[in-house]
Amino acid sequence: MFFSVTQSLLGGLWTTFQIFLFTLLFALPLGLILAFGAMSRWKILRGLVGTLVWIIRGTPLMLQLIIIFYGPGLWLSHNIWSGSEAGRITATVVAFSINYACYFSVIFRGGIEGVPVGQREAGEVLGMTKSQIFFKVTLLQMVKRVVPPMSNEIITLVKDTSLARIIAAYELTFAGYSFMKSSGITWPLFYTGVFYLLFVGILTLLFRYIEQKLSYFR
Amino acid sequence: MAVLEVKNIGKHFGSTNVLDDVSFTLEEGKALAIIGSSGSGKTTLLRCLNFLETPDSGSITVKGETLFDADHPIEGQEKDLRTKRLHFGMVFQAFHLFPQYTALENVTLAEKLLAKERPDFKQKKKEIYGEIEAHGKELLNRMGLAERMEHYPHQLSGGQQQRVAIARALALQPDILCFDEPTSALDPELTGEVLKVIRGLAEQHMTMIIVTHEMAFARDVADQIIFMDEGVIVEQGDPKQVIDHPREERTRQFLTKY
Repeated sequence: MFFSVTQSLLGGLWTTFQIFLFTLLFALPLGLILAFGAMSRWKILRGLVGTLVWIIRGTPLMLQLIIIFYGPGLWLSHNIWSGSEAGRITATVVAFSINYACYFSVIFRGGIEGVPVGQREAGEVLGMTKSQIFFKVTLLQMVKRVVPPMSNEIITLVKDTSLARIIAAYELTFAGYSFMKSSGITWPLFYTGVFYLLFVGILTLLFRYIEQKLSYFR
Repeated sequence: MAVLEVKNIGKHFGSTNVLDDVSFTLEEGKALAIIGSSGSGKTTLLRCLNFLETPDSGSITVKGETLFDADHPIEGQEKDLRTKRLHFGMVFQAFHLFPQYTALENVTLAEKLLAKERPDFKQKKKEIYGEIEAHGKELLNRMGLAERMEHYPHQLSGGQQQRVAIARALALQPDILCFDEPTSALDPELTGEVLKVIRGLAEQHMTMIIVTHEMAFARDVADQIIFMDEGVIVEQGDPKQVIDHPREERTRQFLTKY
């Protein structure tokens, strides 16, 4: 029994991991783009980004996931996600990427605005281009500032992946839950918890390493 | 011939006139001190020279080349603006060193980035970087920081940080080096070492504009002095003349505070 539970949970973990990884992969750059949008000179763009962030942060991620997964099928009478597991994972990644990009954008904006104006001006008077100032001067200082709040969000993401169960994606929590449902046993639920703890534990170590790597300057 | 000609510079923020009809010239190899109380427009004037602010009126000419003319604004290409900026160096009150780079890297960063635009960069990259490093080390040596090259800014005292900032500004060999209250953020016991470096530069005939509250220093080191109040030049001339025998009542009032 233990073996089959482990096997099943590992299968769920794989789905959880894919949602986690692809969400990060898309949400990080999208969040940076949104952050630049929120700081844009154009009022309209700032307004659009502000509205998007308000809507996404103001409604439950589960609701967004339901709308993105079921919405297209109902509006277009054609399910763009296909009923397969891959389709469910894709829909989850899309919903999560939009959601997390909004949260990330706020963190990025804080990181960029937190770098003193003097840093940019020092670069300017030294004849650097705007992109040189961003990549060679501002970026690393911003990264250092955003690592602690980002580690919070990314750890939350690990656990938010369990929401994908609502559209029947066979992720880790769904895998643990299905044993309770089919066999009436509860220990796989605790076992599931251990998987999350290990996942988050590794991330915690990783973030500690990054913070330590960036501690050589202030 | 004057290396710098500033004509009728005006600048306002909202409804406040920060600079009003400011004109002066500076000869090559001379040091100009600008004094005046806070809010008199000294810093804004330096920021205009370094293109950190755009004047509303007037013109700035360096070595006969008009860098800025409010009457004939040229839609500035970034590259164009950068080239113009390099006529001036700037040392900030709060240093603004790049915290993630060592003292030496702070000094060499801009030069290395500029070198990438050289046509022979790809073939001679190593050689060029070697020269830049040597140049940076020499500058830090001149600043008395030979032992501090590999230190990060937070490992240095304020006076050391400001000397690194001076070396960084000198690295690009500007025609005119500007100092914006270079010792105002320093503890009194650290101002001496920075002033000594600036004095050394004056002795080597570096063309400089120094905004300062150090009257004795200005009187000693500068060849020319400007007293500003409420955005206008109230009095300018020989530093000993202006500080010891001011002609204007406003200058006299200001100097009694020192």
